Amino acid sequence: MTQYLVRRILISIPTLIAISIVIFTILALAPGDPLAEFAMNPAVPPEVRQRIRQSMGLDDPIPVRYMKWASSMLRGDFGYSFRSKSPVIDLIRQRLPTTLYVIGTAYLVSVLIAIPIGVLSAIRQYSIFDNVATTLAFIGFSLPTFVTGILFILIFSVKLGWLPMIYRTTIDTGGLLGVWEKVKQALMPIMVLGLFETAALTRYTRAAMLETIHQDYVRTARAKGLSERTVIVRHAMRNALIPVVTIVALSIPGIFTGAVITEQIFRVPGMGSLLISAIRDNDTPVIMAITIIFSALVVLFNLIADILYGVLDPRIKYE
Amino acid sequence: MKPESLSGCRELGVTREEGVVMDELKQLEVAARSGQLSRREVLKRAAALGLSAPAVASLLAACARQEATPTTAPAAPTPAPATPAPSASPTPAAAASPTPAAAKRGEGGLVKLLWWQAPTILNPHLAQGTKDFDASRIVMEPLADVNDAGELVPILAEEIPSVENGGVAKDAKSVTWKLKRNVKWSDGKPFTAKDVKFTYEYIINEATTATTIGNYKVIESIETPDDYTVVIKFKNPNPAWMNVFVGPYGMILPEHILRDYVGEKARNAPFNLNPIGTGPYKVKEFRPGDVVVYEVNEQYREPDKPYFARVELKGGGDATTAARAVLQTGEVDYAWNLQVEATVLDQLEKAGVGVVEVIEGVNVERILINMTDPRKEVDGERSKLGVPHPWQSDLRVRRAYALACQRDVIANTLYGRAGKATSNILVAPERFVSKNTSWKFDLNEAAKLLDEAGWTKGPDGVRQKDGVRMEIVYQTSINPVRQKTQEIIKNAFEQLGIKVELKSIEASVFFSSDPGNPDTYAHFYTDIEMFTNGPSSTYPLDYILAWYGKEDNIAQKANNWSGNNIERWQNPEYDKLFEQAQTELDPKKQEELFIKMNDLVVNEVVVIPLVHRNSVSGRKKDLTGLELSRWTDETWNIANWRRSS
Repeated sequence: MTQYLVRRILISIPTLIAISIVIFTILALAPGDPLAEFAMNPAVPPEVRQRIRQSMGLDDPIPVRYMKWASSMLRGDFGYSFRSKSPVIDLIRQRLPTTLYVIGTAYLVSVLIAIPIGVLSAIRQYSIFDNVATTLAFIGFSLPTFVTGILFILIFSVKLGWLPMIYRTTIDTGGLLGVWEKVKQALMPIMVLGLFETAALTRYTRAAMLETIHQDYVRTARAKGLSERTVIVRHAMRNALIPVVTIVALSIPGIFTGAVITEQIFRVPGMGSLLISAIRDNDTPVIMAITIIFSALVVLFNLIADILYGVLDPRIKYE
Repeated sequence: MKPESLSGCRELGVTREEGVVMDELKQLEVAARSGQLSRREVLKRAAALGLSAPAVASLLAACARQEATPTTAPAAPTPAPATPAPSASPTPAAAASPTPAAAKRGEGGLVKLLWWQAPTILNPHLAQGTKDFDASRIVMEPLADVNDAGELVPILAEEIPSVENGGVAKDAKSVTWKLKRNVKWSDGKPFTAKDVKFTYEYIINEATTATTIGNYKVIESIETPDDYTVVIKFKNPNPAWMNVFVGPYGMILPEHILRDYVGEKARNAPFNLNPIGTGPYKVKEFRPGDVVVYEVNEQYREPDKPYFARVELKGGGDATTAARAVLQTGEVDYAWNLQVEATVLDQLEKAGVGVVEVIEGVNVERILINMTDPRKEVDGERSKLGVPHPWQSDLRVRRAYALACQRDVIANTLYGRAGKATSNILVAPERFVSKNTSWKFDLNEAAKLLDEAGWTKGPDGVRQKDGVRMEIVYQTSINPVRQKTQEIIKNAFEQLGIKVELKSIEASVFFSSDPGNPDTYAHFYTDIEMFTNGPSSTYPLDYILAWYGKEDNIAQKANNWSGNNIERWQNPEYDKLFEQAQTELDPKKQEELFIKMNDLVVNEVVVIPLVHRNSVSGRKKDLTGLELSRWTDETWNIANWRRSS
């Protein structure tokens, strides 16, 4: 087991390096300019913009730029944002709590809802419950978040006036009222994301469950006279959850990088909106930091998923 | 100074898509509600939009509501707010505007502003966009600012220097500013002339890489005879003396805080994110790219101001939802730069919560005509100076182009309240606006001109001469309004027998200063291109520099395309006028010069001006005292913003 872990961790190092080289090169090759807006402003003449460009090192050769970045990265320094001149790590630190709160809750809610629904749908295949659940899952799955997001705004903010459409991190109302305000403004983004995630996860759970409940060992368990509950929970579900665990584990890195579109619609200042504005502004240090963190998390959670298999299924051995 | 708003919508595919679906959805919903569309029609259009069942259901619900209660017409439409005529804002009294005696500092509670581009840095001299200037201006102040009429309003200065009061030297080689005496920085330290001098030293140090350096290169030295007097000496007589320490590019920095952060260290100053200023507010919390929270600066010199205790400037999102938040749900009090289709804006305004504020802008959306040949590569560059364009170097052809632009259609249908057709490149300040030019749309006359020039229609309908076909490439940045403009113009050109290929480029690429990218506006490797530009100063030398024909001012490989003259047009008469305007001090002669330069560019059709663009923002009905000005930040007068009951 230890040997397995060490090997996996060692393999992940060249993987991460390769990822960083690819991303960095793509970013460096992509055209664009952090100061493009000033092209229309005669008070900021072209030669000034060009000097600032050079001072950011944007005109250096790509290998030089990469080595600079990599060496500071190794010292744990993500560098400074081109735009705000502040350390990238500070920007990320500011965004992370909001993202974890909003996106994390959405994922948690969707796991809590999707697994029971998926299991129930599978057990009562073709029942009314199954049909309704499947239809809803299809709707949720096929509606992109930018449509549901706007729809929710139209319904809950514009028509009903119940929920705010702009997310504020600066609410300082004290007491329960403040807590309620914070919850209220997160409801729509959570619903939008939760709907999408729940739908997807329900489909996976149902499919996995359907596969297992027709297995011989489930029939055997029933034949032994075990209660239906035990059969489903101990025998069928435990096996069915293996692929579901993979999907859930692999989507956890997504919580850290946020949900780009949803965050944009509701102006949630999370990692997703940080990434998108950084891309828009050609803020390379920020883009690199976020993508590297994301890659590392993906690698990490792959490993965690693999280890969880062993817990769920003792037959799986690591060598 | 107004943001180049169209290209401001630099959105990625995703968000743009959202915007479009959202707009259409909204339009559809509005149409359904007002009963303009039957249910069947709604269904059909919704399907075309690719809407799913629940979306359509909500639309139909809207229909049903309408059909059930056909008489409840939407509330009486709010009349469009009269654009404050520049001449109507009489004196530079803005700073001392009528404030009822009852007003107390901080009485107004919280005011919420929404900028759909979020500020990322609060040091105006390191600003990366208009949003940063706007957000800095709430804390920092220049010596003077410029109101909408183009008049200087003293801010940190005691009075505005003039030749009469001896502030401006007769030869305009120096200007003397008298400073207010009771001003303190928000940390309690006194503000003195030394801070002004320091600001200059900070900016002019090339290693600081100040965005604002362009305006300060004309200064030879700054002297501070006493703590409240600043004497600025210029290298040459400078009629544009009001470009320094005035407006967005002129905010004064505190020496005692930034003394050790000049040059390369500038970017690491904590000040950049938490500035100390003399303005009505100080920063309580700043999250770059998200929100700035300001609270009252207790040291502010006017004891009864500001009215609002807290200002919250939220950034991000898109213009359409911003418009909705201020006009329809009233979640915010003020929203910046509402680049939203005219019809959508009108509908949102009908909700009666907010009003759209339109002020005349300084920018003109224009088509530039390349005088050089973009197809021929000489010494590693295309569109090279001295390689004339095969047909566009003929004035008759250029005049035919201009006759084929339906400016009123573009302005009315695509811009609405946000713009009007124009025939000038210089549309502000008022005294420099030419009355000698005009425009018309006349395809017959255009065709005649082209025939005269020897470009006749070939068998396939495309004009040609000596085997050369008149096929042009027309580029601009990606933006729905620009693409629609391209279509209108292409249509007319093709009727004339000019084949047009349209090209649209992502704004951050098109407007970049990357010398290695051939698709930038400055490379101009196409026949014509379109964007917006306008003066940033009331003495707009830096703007009209764009047609000055001196070799090093021409965008080309030798200067990494950093020259200002993009059309590569050279005209000795213009150059002479420009050189004269650089030092001309007589206001009458200044007017003559600028108008002549405008007329030359327009009559020689170097540029086809299309639309004089306005700046559009939204405010809640009860928010007053904005005094928006086309020459400076929208937040410049925030100390006097109020909520009326």
